Amino acid sequence: MNASTKILTRDLNLHYGDKHALRHVDLDIPKNHVTALIGPSGCGKSTFLRCLNRMNDLIESARITGRVEVDGTDIYAKDVDPVLLRRKVGMIFQKSNPFPKSIFENVAYGPRVHGIKDKNRLEEIVERSLRGAALWDEVKDDLSKSGLALSGGQQQRLCIARAIAVDPEVLLMDEPASALDPIATAKIEELIWQLKESYTIVIVTHSMHQASRVSDTTAFFYMGEMVEMGPTQKIFTSPSQKRTEDYITGRFG
Amino acid sequence: MNIPKKWVGRGVALVTGGSAIATVVLVLVVIGIVVQGGWGHLTRDFLLGSPEQGMTKGGIFPAIFGTFLLVTLMSLAGVPVGTITAIYLNEYVGQQSKAGRAIRFAVNTLAGIPAIVFGLFGLGFFINFVGGGADKVLYGGALHWGQPNILWASLTMALLTLPVVIVSVEEAIKTVPRELREGSLALGATRLETIWKVVLPQSMTGILTGAILAISRGAGEVAPILFTGAAYFLPNLPDGLTDQFMELGYHIYIMSTQSVDVEATKPIQFATTLVLLILTFTLNFSAIFLRWHLRGRALR
Repeated sequence: MNASTKILTRDLNLHYGDKHALRHVDLDIPKNHVTALIGPSGCGKSTFLRCLNRMNDLIESARITGRVEVDGTDIYAKDVDPVLLRRKVGMIFQKSNPFPKSIFENVAYGPRVHGIKDKNRLEEIVERSLRGAALWDEVKDDLSKSGLALSGGQQQRLCIARAIAVDPEVLLMDEPASALDPIATAKIEELIWQLKESYTIVIVTHSMHQASRVSDTTAFFYMGEMVEMGPTQKIFTSPSQKRTEDYITGRFG
Repeated sequence: MNIPKKWVGRGVALVTGGSAIATVVLVLVVIGIVVQGGWGHLTRDFLLGSPEQGMTKGGIFPAIFGTFLLVTLMSLAGVPVGTITAIYLNEYVGQQSKAGRAIRFAVNTLAGIPAIVFGLFGLGFFINFVGGGADKVLYGGALHWGQPNILWASLTMALLTLPVVIVSVEEAIKTVPRELREGSLALGATRLETIWKVVLPQSMTGILTGAILAISRGAGEVAPILFTGAAYFLPNLPDGLTDQFMELGYHIYIMSTQSVDVEATKPIQFATTLVLLILTFTLNFSAIFLRWHLRGRALR
């Protein structure tokens, strides 16, 4: 692995009230790679993901210690505005969550929030983002249709288009295909493969097949700890930790 | 003494069922009497005319107009404040935080204060303190704002109906899924932008419901406006915020207690009551309809 590091965490801990949900996590996420986070339910992988764009700030009981750096900057430093951070580190959620607005307005939401008013520029961004999310051909005839009228897979790609419309550098994906059928899932996975050209992608997934198909690097989480991280190929064929091996061979989880 | 259980059960069923039926019958009787007494009098001239000959003849247009003006001004003042409070409670303070609980307690207490106390508060605060103070500063003590008028009455009514608005809007804001808020925040929108562009548009029905319920409550209350702005009889419609006004509920009270010939005003009393009932029922039913619509959306 010779790519430069985009995100790194050092001794990252998170408590929900009394619950110690993340324990001393040290992780280096390489630039323009797909990094998969795997592990059984409740192991902290989604919680970890939400630390990377400070989404956990919204949860009252969450308390975070340790360091998270994006491009060498500590994102939990006092002078960092989480709103600006989230422009740079976008997120795709498990349940697709398009706004109850038109397809166009969904994608234009971010750019509008960031002050772009010019109609031509918005149209250009919307088209580019929809193309980037491999949705353009399916929706170009009627961008005024409600985003909620799309199929589940299309909705999730709309959310990806919405995320890339603000030109982020990192995309965090929280089980983006868990609610989709196999064909829609395949489309999303293909898309992830294309997106890594331009973005650093961190994907939480329940499916080990998915992790092995889309990711370059895999990190295994268990009970709030990051047990092992390495090239996906190696993690799935010759993990160095017993717990990783037990998990990927299906002995628990 | 052994009463068979079977008989106890039947007795309970009889008493509870009887009470329930009595309620329904009561509603029907009230509506029946009002409709029977007032329907025949409900003419165009009655709705669009002014009271004549000591209120024994003529119409009630000034009272209808005054009621509409009152609830409009009340909504303009109360709905934004109530909405903002509901937003603050839901989006800015935690459900269990001290501030949140203190505000909720205040809202509940406000809802329990008798209407007449609001009337007295309006008289003391708005008319004497705010209005009187303004007169001293602006008009050298000449009476201008320091007397009952439509503005003070509307503001007093807005205070009374504030809890209704807050509760309705809060209920609506709660139905906006967390995922939508997170989706917006994850795109780098601020909390305010998220509220403005995602939460509020999704809560419009609830805000409307709150406004309608508040209007319905306000249209039926007389006590808060007794001292703060309602007038016995006015030859002209109010044309400014410092004018007094006539109001349906107050008009009924005046006709039935202060008229020189109470018997002669009876048909008008019935008809006025009918108008007031139609008004509040219409408002209540539209609020119920909107709520039902809103619940449907929350379940989807």
